[in-house]
This record gives sequence, C-alpha cells and structure tokens, in this order.
Amino acid sequence: MKKKYSIFSLIKNAFSYHENWEKTWKDPEPKKEYDAVIVGGGGHGLATAYYLAKKHDMKNIAVIEKGWIGGGNTGRNTTIIRSNYLWDASAGLYDHALKIWEGLSQELNYNVMFSQRGVMNLAHNLQDVRDLKRRTHANRLNGIDAVYLNTEEVKKFCPIINTSPNIRYPVLGGTLQRRAGTARHDAVAWGYARGADQMGVDIIQNCEVKGIKRNGDSVEGVETTKGFIKTKKIGVVAAGHSSVIANMAGLKLPLESKPLQALVSEPVKPIIDTVVMSNAVHAYVSQSDKGELVIGAGTDDYVSYSQKGSHDIVEGTLNAILELYPIFSRMRMLRQWGGIVDICPDASPIISKTSIQGLYFNCGWGTGGFKATPGSGDLFAHTIANDQPHKLNAAFNINRFVSGDLVDEHGAAAVAH
Amino acid sequence: MFVINCPYCGEREQSEFKAGGEAHIVRPKQPTELSDDEWAEYLFMRKNIKGIQFERWVHAHGCRKWFNLVRDTSNDVIKAVYKMGEKPPTK
Repeated sequence: MKKKYSIFSLIKNAFSYHENWEKTWKDPEPKKEYDAVIVGGGGHGLATAYYLAKKHDMKNIAVIEKGWIGGGNTGRNTTIIRSNYLWDASAGLYDHALKIWEGLSQELNYNVMFSQRGVMNLAHNLQDVRDLKRRTHANRLNGIDAVYLNTEEVKKFCPIINTSPNIRYPVLGGTLQRRAGTARHDAVAWGYARGADQMGVDIIQNCEVKGIKRNGDSVEGVETTKGFIKTKKIGVVAAGHSSVIANMAGLKLPLESKPLQALVSEPVKPIIDTVVMSNAVHAYVSQSDKGELVIGAGTDDYVSYSQKGSHDIVEGTLNAILELYPIFSRMRMLRQWGGIVDICPDASPIISKTSIQGLYFNCGWGTGGFKATPGSGDLFAHTIANDQPHKLNAAFNINRFVSGDLVDEHGAAAVAH
Repeated sequence: MFVINCPYCGEREQSEFKAGGEAHIVRPKQPTELSDDEWAEYLFMRKNIKGIQFERWVHAHGCRKWFNLVRDTSNDVIKAVYKMGEKPPTK
C-alpha cells in the first residue's frame, strides 16, 4: 500500500531534501500470463487499467508501453477539457468524462490540476452563429451547461480579444461552457499509473508489441520485445498507431493517422484566464500555470507517423491568433511539436469489441481525446470486463461504419477536426 | 514539410499540394450489388500504413492534376512519383 500524499508527507520529506519519496510505480518485468493486457501506456490506457482493477476486480493485468508512459499524445496535447458536443451520444460520452474529472484529484490522491476556467468558442460568420446557437440548445437539453454570448459579452469575458468589426473574421458571438477548462496532462498519466500500480497492475515500459497471436477467431497473447505474454483479453489503446496493431491482428480500421501540432510561447504574466477556441480560423489558446501561451494548430491532410507537421499549418494558426489577439504580436514561441492522431471518418472515437474474440479497440479519438481520458478508461474497462459495451459507448462501436449509424461530429463539435 | 516532384511541373513545396489518401482503391463496378460489409470496406477502411504507402496527391495550387506518390509515412521520404493510370513501381 502506497503512502498517501498529504501536507504532512510533504513536510516530512522536506527534512530529507525530497530524496526519499517512494517510487510512484514499480518497473516490473512482464509475467508469463495476464488476465488482460492493455497495449499503450498513455492516459486512456492507464485509466483503462485503473478502472479494470478498481471497478471490475481484475488485478492480474498489465499495461505495456513502447516508450515511456505519457510520452505520446498524453504529453503532447493542449490539455483542454469540455463536453459541449452536439449529438446525444457524444454529449453522454464527454460529459461522463467531465463528471469524473471534477473529483479526479481527490479520487487518485494526485493533483491533476483540473481547473474549470471555462472554454469559450467563437463565431465568425452567420453560419457559425446559427451552429453555435443550435449546439447551445442541444447541450442544455442534454443537461450540459452552455450559454450563448454576444460580441460585447465575449469582450467582457476575455478582454484581450479584438472584437473590431473591421478584422477579416470579426467576432460575432460565442458560446461558453463554464464547467470546462484544463488539467495538467502529465499528472493525469502519472496519477492513473500510481493508482493502477497500487492495485497490482504491472506497468511495463520500453516494451513494444511485435505481433498478436490468434487461435482462429480468438486471441492467445501478444508478442513483445520482452517476450511472449499469454492473455485472453487485449485492449488496444495505441492512438496514432492503432492501425499498426490492427494490421498485426489482420484487421483493418477506418482510421487515418495524421500529424497534429501545438506550440507554446515564452512564459509571461497572467493574461488570459480561460480557454478560447475558434473553429472557423482554427486557432485556440490558453495559458499554462507556468505562464506559457498554449496554442493548438490543425492537422496536416496527409498520413504521416513522423511526429512533425508542416510549417504552413503553424503559420496559419499564428496568423489567426495575431488577428484575434493583437497584444500577442511580439510574443516569441518557445517550443513546437507534433503528435500523431488517428482520425475516424466521422471524427468520433471507437470504443468497441472487434470480430476477433478478446480483442478490443479504443481509438479514433483524433484531435480531441485528452478531455475524455477518465470516461474513456472507465467505459473501455467496462467493455473489456463484461465483453459488451456500456450504454454510453454502445454508439461508438466499430460496426457503425457498416450500418451507417455514424456519430457525425465532424465540424458540428466546437472545433473543426 | 517536404518537397514533391510533380510529374507535370517539377519540384514544388508540399504546401502547394493536397493529399487524396490511399491510392488504388478501385470503385466497385456495381455498387448496388455490394453487401454492407463490402461497401464499408470500400468507403471507410484504410490500410493507414506506417512505412511505404501508395497514395494520391493533387497539385491544387499548380497544374491541378492528380498523380500518385510512393512515400514512407514513418519519415515522409518520397520513394517514387508516377502518373495516374501508370503501373505502380514494384521496387
């Protein structure tokens, strides 16, 4: 049993110069066999293991990760959390996650720095106004807090926005979800890893999956760089590399993996105390606790696993940022990076069984998976443990691409995918 | 960010082009006779390869012609370019 983090443990460890903190998670070698193996040690994978152990009493499980935990998209996103999605299925899924976020630091005894600073989405043309008003009504019918703001109210909520009618894409209004906000992405991975480890989950890093062993229509185990691991249940949460794992099992997924970029500026004093997203010009910005502006750019339109995107994508985003926030014109950018996102044709995720018994996929989160981390883990754990989906993720099955019952959030959500 | 050798215009910045996804997916001759599974396979399922991929591109801000590329998606190195209707290179 791990010692609880508290003000007292902080004081106690201060006396030994913080050199004697116990390890947050063990670093075990894989066992020969597990009841379930989760492929991918990002936030979603670790959350899945955590909820499998906590709610479904499956303790003999492993999370295997090619690199180090949280080193993929979990550590590369812009940490925005919201649930103001248009369709009922998406609203149910993302608000389930948001409700877990609200108590997550206490539950994990790990400060994920969840900050409900609000997320504002801007409208720049009449169609945006109509779409955002429609989404506000849809949100409220689903019990999700949402308000529509006119231009003056947008300016009042975030005074540094340029609301002049003379800019190329003037601000005509916006929506605001006050329960939305940000969290510290690394802490989410570390908190779930610590929680899962505490319940006996083996977190195995630097262990790449090389093959999936099948016996007819069911799985027998995974071939890894640390040897063969026998298991009857494999949950794949490999984000941009989902298709690579699927190909090993002889499956094809409706995914395309593309680079998505983000960047941060040099740190400055507090200037923007909320998150502002702009669909039409594809620019979103918030400020980290360190003071850096966190800016999200768009995806490139070609398939690539190279974790670097095109400069013109960054340039387009910064042009939009500068027009909306002239105050940032002399800011210098500190770092820029790319992550590989797996995008479904309908821009909604897949949390599903497959045609192979014991093989489950949680993928297709595209450009917006971080916000769903706790809910995704909870629902995927339910799907793996019971071999059938929870009612909240039933719509996100892989067969929707055959039946045509798509959850078409493309462009209908708060930001273009 | 890379440079593409358009078979009609020569070397240009990638930003002049638009990607058209996986190449050589043949449109079914009789779509009405397909099962739902076959239609989903044609319409949605993609190889999404990490490594050598055959794909379609269009020189959107140039000659506006479509052509094929062979590209390593793990590092964006282009291996070959060939025109529409030509046989893909085997090596």
